[in-house]
Amino acid sequence: MSDAVKVAIIGSGPAGLSAAARAAQLGLAHVLLEKTDHLSDTIFKYQKGKRVLATPERLDLRSDCRFAEGARETILGNWDQDAANNGVNVAYQAEVVEVSGQKGAFSIKTAKGAVIAAENIVLAIGTQGNPNRLRCDGYDLPHIIYQVDDPEDFKNQHITVVGSGDAGIENALGVAEEALENTVTILNRSKDFARAKAKNVSDMMEAGENGFLSIRTETQPKLVEPGWLTLETPNGDERIECDVIVARLGSVAPRGFVESMGIEFTGPDREAFPKLSPTFESTVPGIFVIGALAGYPLIKHCMNQGYDVVEFINGNSALTPADEKDLAAIFADLPQKKSVSEWLDYLRTRVRIFADVSPLQMREFMLDSKVAFYRRGEVVFEKGEPGSSLFAIADGHAEVEVAPGVTVPIEQGSIFGEVGLISGRKRGATIRAGEDSIFVEVSRTAALKLMAAVPGAKRVINRISLERQLLQIFKGGLTVDDLQEVVDQAEVVRVPAGKVVVTEGEQGDDVYVIRSGSMVVEKDIGGKPIFLRYLPAGSYFGEMGVLSGEPRNATVKAAVGSEVIKLTGESFRKMLAARPQVRAATEAAVAERAAMNAFIESRKASYSSAVDLYSDTASFIMKEGLGEATDALLIDENLCVGCDNCEKACADSHEGLSRLDREAGKTFAHLHVPTSCRHCEHPHCMADCPPNVIHRGPDGEVFMEPGCIGCGNCMRNCPYGVIRMEAAPPPKPGLLSWLLFGKGPGPGEPSPKWTKKKLGDEKPKKIAVKCDMCKGIAGGPACVRACPTGAAIRVSPEEFLSIARLEEDAG
Amino acid sequence: MASLFPRRLLGRRNRATQTERVRERKHEGFLRYANFRWAKISGGLCLLVITSYALIDVTPRPNGGSWYGYTLGTIGALLILWLTALGYRKRKMTRDAWSLKAWTSAHVYLGLSLIVIGTWHTGFQLGWNVHTLAWALMMLVILSGLYGVIVYATLPAALSNNRDEMTQMQMLEAIRAFDRQLHAAAQPLSPEDTAPVLASLDEDPFAGGIRARLSGRYPKDATAAALRALSLSHGGNADARQKVIGLLSQKEAALARLRAHLRIRAMLEIWLYVHVPLTFALIAALSAHIISVFFYW
Repeated sequence: MSDAVKVAIIGSGPAGLSAAARAAQLGLAHVLLEKTDHLSDTIFKYQKGKRVLATPERLDLRSDCRFAEGARETILGNWDQDAANNGVNVAYQAEVVEVSGQKGAFSIKTAKGAVIAAENIVLAIGTQGNPNRLRCDGYDLPHIIYQVDDPEDFKNQHITVVGSGDAGIENALGVAEEALENTVTILNRSKDFARAKAKNVSDMMEAGENGFLSIRTETQPKLVEPGWLTLETPNGDERIECDVIVARLGSVAPRGFVESMGIEFTGPDREAFPKLSPTFESTVPGIFVIGALAGYPLIKHCMNQGYDVVEFINGNSALTPADEKDLAAIFADLPQKKSVSEWLDYLRTRVRIFADVSPLQMREFMLDSKVAFYRRGEVVFEKGEPGSSLFAIADGHAEVEVAPGVTVPIEQGSIFGEVGLISGRKRGATIRAGEDSIFVEVSRTAALKLMAAVPGAKRVINRISLERQLLQIFKGGLTVDDLQEVVDQAEVVRVPAGKVVVTEGEQGDDVYVIRSGSMVVEKDIGGKPIFLRYLPAGSYFGEMGVLSGEPRNATVKAAVGSEVIKLTGESFRKMLAARPQVRAATEAAVAERAAMNAFIESRKASYSSAVDLYSDTASFIMKEGLGEATDALLIDENLCVGCDNCEKACADSHEGLSRLDREAGKTFAHLHVPTSCRHCEHPHCMADCPPNVIHRGPDGEVFMEPGCIGCGNCMRNCPYGVIRMEAAPPPKPGLLSWLLFGKGPGPGEPSPKWTKKKLGDEKPKKIAVKCDMCKGIAGGPACVRACPTGAAIRVSPEEFLSIARLEEDAG
Repeated sequence: MASLFPRRLLGRRNRATQTERVRERKHEGFLRYANFRWAKISGGLCLLVITSYALIDVTPRPNGGSWYGYTLGTIGALLILWLTALGYRKRKMTRDAWSLKAWTSAHVYLGLSLIVIGTWHTGFQLGWNVHTLAWALMMLVILSGLYGVIVYATLPAALSNNRDEMTQMQMLEAIRAFDRQLHAAAQPLSPEDTAPVLASLDEDPFAGGIRARLSGRYPKDATAAALRALSLSHGGNADARQKVIGLLSQKEAALARLRAHLRIRAMLEIWLYVHVPLTFALIAALSAHIISVFFYW
């Protein structure tokens, strides 16, 4: 094929554009295929004037195109210029529908029927997918939009929302806000709104009753014209005024298209990425995948990869990635001197969990990791410290203090710290270096990525973590060999919130260890379930049945979605039989629990109302999701006078924004759970943060470091609604000038009116704002310090639900 | 005021790792704070003043101008200034370890001890002069504060019960929602029936003045009037009227909740409008008292 290009790049976003620019600079025959009539559609669709951030800052940009933090218009303008200056060959309106052939002779078919021959393909199509279009004439008019970034962009307009899923309803409610004075219509093809959440439907119905929007069912668009929309209704056609159409009809994810080329993914989950080699080559030789589709959502990463991938295709095998100097910095402080790739190989051969990791993945993990040299006896972390990172032993060995004065070695190649990683709980034991050692500390995010991407690593981590958990529970006296059979037969069971694991009165001798999440123990007393105990991750239950052989004497159910490890009674009994001293220790623990149960039962007779209240309060707290909290703010409404000094203290201790809403939230028996961060064991907000700026700090706080790009994922992922998207207000005059001269808005968050007046036309970028437990403030959480009556307290569920509390209150 | 912090917590702070900070976890109200520490200190102080007053024979007679009187007067004046500083402490969100609860606790009990310190300072010589004015103002400040302590101890539970997990904004929003529905539902009504409904729609839920706010009684309430008028009305569209009556009684219930909420909040706040200005009057009178005493030394 003589007219085949060396490389065809599909998608003209930051990754694809950068790749095309490099190809042009290298003088390669290339073509950049873009399905729309402009470059970089995802960023093109950002709202006008939106600031685009250039994170991570430490990463250098390596591209023939410019990129720095700036307004959407500036960035798009630069890229248009750069594409022209570099001589990039762009084919617009070229939506790729099919790819066939193999390396050296691919054939790419576009929607318009053109066929392009290419030796290599770079796939840089992002993850947005294609929104489904309207199926009527005029579907391609520019006033049809597929997302609403900011409802305040629309004022005094006729807006029609097509689509009755959650996205459509939320957009419709957003633009129907009274102050915006829009005339809003929402269309639904069928009679009811079956695809949306009940809450959204009821909000929409209420807005409809109040005349804020008109809801039209069994209606669909028939013809789109500028300013007008013709509808097909059950009573015939109708033409309505319409300035903007918001089409929310779902989208087709790109995965199906990618798989149709024969590219394999790392797994079946939604989060899986295409399998890639160190040079971004997919499982189909000649097809390379870069950018968001490859798992790199940040623009700078994308642009660097575009550059690198074309260099690789051009045969430049000596190229080191742009992150080389960052990796070199990670290894710089170690006693031995090796090159980056030597270090990576060293770690991969010496550490079990890195054995199956590809060189490309290894670079990625190391960027989120630290490697440090420890002198003999140096403490790595102490028992009770918060921490969720995973340590691997590259050289030397570690000593675990399982009981005061009793240590157990962990050999080279193994790992430690996995309990914190899996359960999100504080460190269970103190660890020291047993000799001069090199340990790798892998951040929680990187470790989870590792487990998801490399099944071998996942198996090793899970097995070691179970062994360790058992060793810890039975405090010394056991060795890994004793556990062999128990661990071999163990089975990890996922338990959704509220599901019963052990039922009171039933026969059974399996023993369970809580791997993550938490459980509540209840006992039926007088026909009513009475809350006995809260079991955090790392505890075990069901052992009474093994020892006594009697039916279960209490019910255990999951407080939040949890994972338990089921150990068979038989293997457990064998293990105890082999180690009599462990049996004795277990029996002692069982006796203690039985005494506690008896205590509750005895209290039930004399203080029945106190026990009931305790039990009901415990259930309420569990229902409010505090079972997964590590530290939550509670307000005793017997003491709260509603002065909101907690909110003011919060705002004034930070940059002028309050991270808690005292009045909102549920209440039971005067115990109020305000809208404020609970610092979950497994924070939902961390799940999908593109710049990865949400972390757990040394005091267990979940905080955000600077670098938020304002995408709002964390806010949407938080089930408790505690994250706000807000811009910091301008600084205000000091307290004395307010007290003495009335200057400024006074303590607390300034009113939006004051902020607006102060800022004028400036519209600062909104970023996520959440509680950081007053990180770095010596006095501790300001909300509690500033409460005049003692109503505000911060608690962790174990503390709050300990039975000691009942003794305290009743006694 | 590091001493306001329980030693137990400070001790823990020293022992803990560097990163761990002071945490106040104990669940107790400001009155019971640290096992009534400030009640004990304040009670002891009063006892000390009363017994020493009885034991010390000041000649020619107990008087604010004796050495003993000066001692009590100095303690009292400094205490007043320190108690006033609570208003600043409450709003100054410094980053060090302090507990406003501890301050409030000390404020309440030490403030009460001023009854003894101030009165015994006078040597029970009261008259119509600036000195007695300062004493009287101090007693009024203490009385208003006592009211504050009582409402802080008794009303929060009622506030919580009444709001039933609703925020004040939600209460207002509920009333607005009923108003919008009433507006639509009242369209078919006859003009005589519409007038009282319109009056209810025009009504400002915050209107009624301070008396209504504190008593919770709104005799001129247009919604209640509309409800009465419509229940007596006949003729016209009866179905539409029934719907409006239903909405009006729902609105009435929502209004009642909001008004109870505002009433309790007003009772929790009203005393501050006496306590704080009187404090400044007291400081002015106290300055006059001190200056005049030294002027006529």
